[in-house]
Amino acid sequence: MPLLLIAEHDQSNLTASTLATLTAAKAFSAPVHVVVMGSSPEKAAEEAAFFKSVEKVWMIKDPRLAHPLAEDMTETLLDLAKGYDFILAPSTTFGKNLLPRLAALLDVALISDVIQIQDKNTFVRPIYAGNALATVTSNDPIKVITIRPTAFEKAQKGNSSAPFEACPFKESSSPLPIFVRMETSSSERPELTSASIVVSGGRGFQSKENFALLEALADKLGAAIGASRAAVDAGFVPNDYQVGQTGKAVAPTLYIAVGISGAIQHLAGMKDSKIIVAINKDPEAPIFQIADYGLVGDLFKILPELTAKIKKTA
Amino acid sequence: MKVLVAVKRVVDYNVKVRVRADETGIDLSGVKMSLNPFDEIAVEEAVRLKEKGLASEIIVVSIGDASCQESLRTALALGADRAIHVETSLETQPLGVAKTLKALVEKESPRLIILGKQAIDDDFNQTGQMLAGLLRWPQGTFISHLIRNGEEIEVTREVDGGLETLKMPLPAVVTTDLRLNEPRYATLPNIMKAKQKSLEVISAETLGVDLTPRLKTLKVVEPPPRKGGLMVANVDELLDKLQHEAKVI
Ligand SMILES: Cc1cc2nc3c(=O)[nH]c(=O)nc-3n(C[C@H](O)[C@H](O)[C@H](O)COP(=O)(O)OP(=O)(O)OC[C@H]3O[C@@H](n4cnc5c(N)ncnc54)[C@H](O)[C@@H]3O)c2cc1C
Ligand SMILES: Nc1ncnc2c1ncn2[C@@H]1O[C@H](COP(=O)(O)O)[C@@H](O)[C@H]1O
Repeated sequence: MPLLLIAEHDQSNLTASTLATLTAAKAFSAPVHVVVMGSSPEKAAEEAAFFKSVEKVWMIKDPRLAHPLAEDMTETLLDLAKGYDFILAPSTTFGKNLLPRLAALLDVALISDVIQIQDKNTFVRPIYAGNALATVTSNDPIKVITIRPTAFEKAQKGNSSAPFEACPFKESSSPLPIFVRMETSSSERPELTSASIVVSGGRGFQSKENFALLEALADKLGAAIGASRAAVDAGFVPNDYQVGQTGKAVAPTLYIAVGISGAIQHLAGMKDSKIIVAINKDPEAPIFQIADYGLVGDLFKILPELTAKIKKTA
Repeated sequence: MKVLVAVKRVVDYNVKVRVRADETGIDLSGVKMSLNPFDEIAVEEAVRLKEKGLASEIIVVSIGDASCQESLRTALALGADRAIHVETSLETQPLGVAKTLKALVEKESPRLIILGKQAIDDDFNQTGQMLAGLLRWPQGTFISHLIRNGEEIEVTREVDGGLETLKMPLPAVVTTDLRLNEPRYATLPNIMKAKQKSLEVISAETLGVDLTPRLKTLKVVEPPPRKGGLMVANVDELLDKLQHEAKVI
């Protein structure tokens, strides 16, 4: 039976996390059907239809999906889901919010945050803040899975176009949340989880104003900005900058950690980066143990010098 | 309004766990255990609602072997009114826990259920959403703010793009994120008082819930180690390495 991939999109484009999930889906050697739900899902659905592995796109359009709620999406997907062996979504806050609800109503387990698919019934997922990797299997009739996007390449678009089929929206008959507002931490910089360079700051910055030093470096490198929990808690940067066990997982080509000690909860979100640089005034900081290049010193001296000496790349 | 809070006993967040040599799991012998940090935040939020006169009774629940009673006593010392221990020797997984909590909801009729967003041992991040689904209640996940206005709550959710605010009618399920509150410490007098509070033990069988794990762990290994630790002397050396050795800028 085919595989159903629940697409995450911004009402016009598929997210990078969805593209990574499309790559993960290939491991199941099953026909891939993508479901795109939204108030104006046409563009994202068209995009989905272009990927070579995709054989069909379900499009569910309703004004109530402008700010999709897990409650509505679950009711709508329940019947559709029963025709599939595998249901996949990215392990972003979108997927983490929706898939457990759907899995529970299908009476199956959810295999969350999968980083490796060994065969279509055997998966690897990190546990204990990534300090261990568990290989798990389930006998449930439908395997519902969330994919950690940083563990898979983004799928490349082909030039085929899969057929579309409309699927009705089914409003939940039980009491629903009402969307009030979204405060977006808007930024011109690349998206944190798919950026090829990430520069992250921690408590060592001491204040929100001092983060400007990191912004200057990010601008020079065309990098995204991340942060430790301590920096977010202190209000230096918005919540969605948090990298770690309970924040975002990132795996860029280059990760530069500045004024971050390297607690296991932080490492959980960045230690799969290709090259890690640590800048910290404490030579004993644990971050140095996993850094490819460590530089001991005061960030307030080092950052301006580093930023000045980098030739502009972006 | 009765509030139900689910708490799990987990390896303390400061412990760097070790994988057992036979690859069957984590070595738990002699390891410090604590209340899951997100569940501490859940208890704290319930206590604050009660202190504001917005909650009448706080019931804490834990599912597992006898050792979870220790976590329940901690929750009682933090201000919960009574505790229920659902006893099982089986490894608990989100679907089974959600079904157990649903059975208790039918007995206790809480108007608000607070769970942690994630247990820091298995890092599943599922149980609250599953429970909300089974009950077909509205869900407010990963919240950093909660206000109750009569028969409605307003929550702010920490999501990938920023902060999302939702309103929802009670009864509802919410899961806590780190910035919801800063939990208090249990004081000695409150730890003593907690010993007098009611802790009911129910077997999972009497609730008629099947807790058989759906996921089977085949093996647990350590992640491949990173070989880090190379130090550079100054910015020039760092840039040289990044350009010519690592070739990343
Ligand atoms: C349940 C739970 C979940 C968590 N989840 C996460 C998570 O997802 N992500 C996360 O990051 N954390 C998480 N944490 C928190 C984590 O345990 C650490 O507390 C946090 O990562 C520390 O942040 P930090 O390194 O910025 O601060 P600190 O540990 O205080 O380190 C600051 C560092 O800055 C250095 N420094 C200070 N001044 C300078 C200077 N002038 N120049 C250079 N260096 C300087 C210091 O030497 C120090 O090493 C979690 C904790 C818990 C309990
Ligand atoms: N065995 C358990 N007993 C009580 N509550 C639990 C148990 N397991 C999980 N929970 C609750 O569900 C939340 C999320 O856990 P999880 O879905 O396993 O990450 C936890 O923070 C607890 O509030």
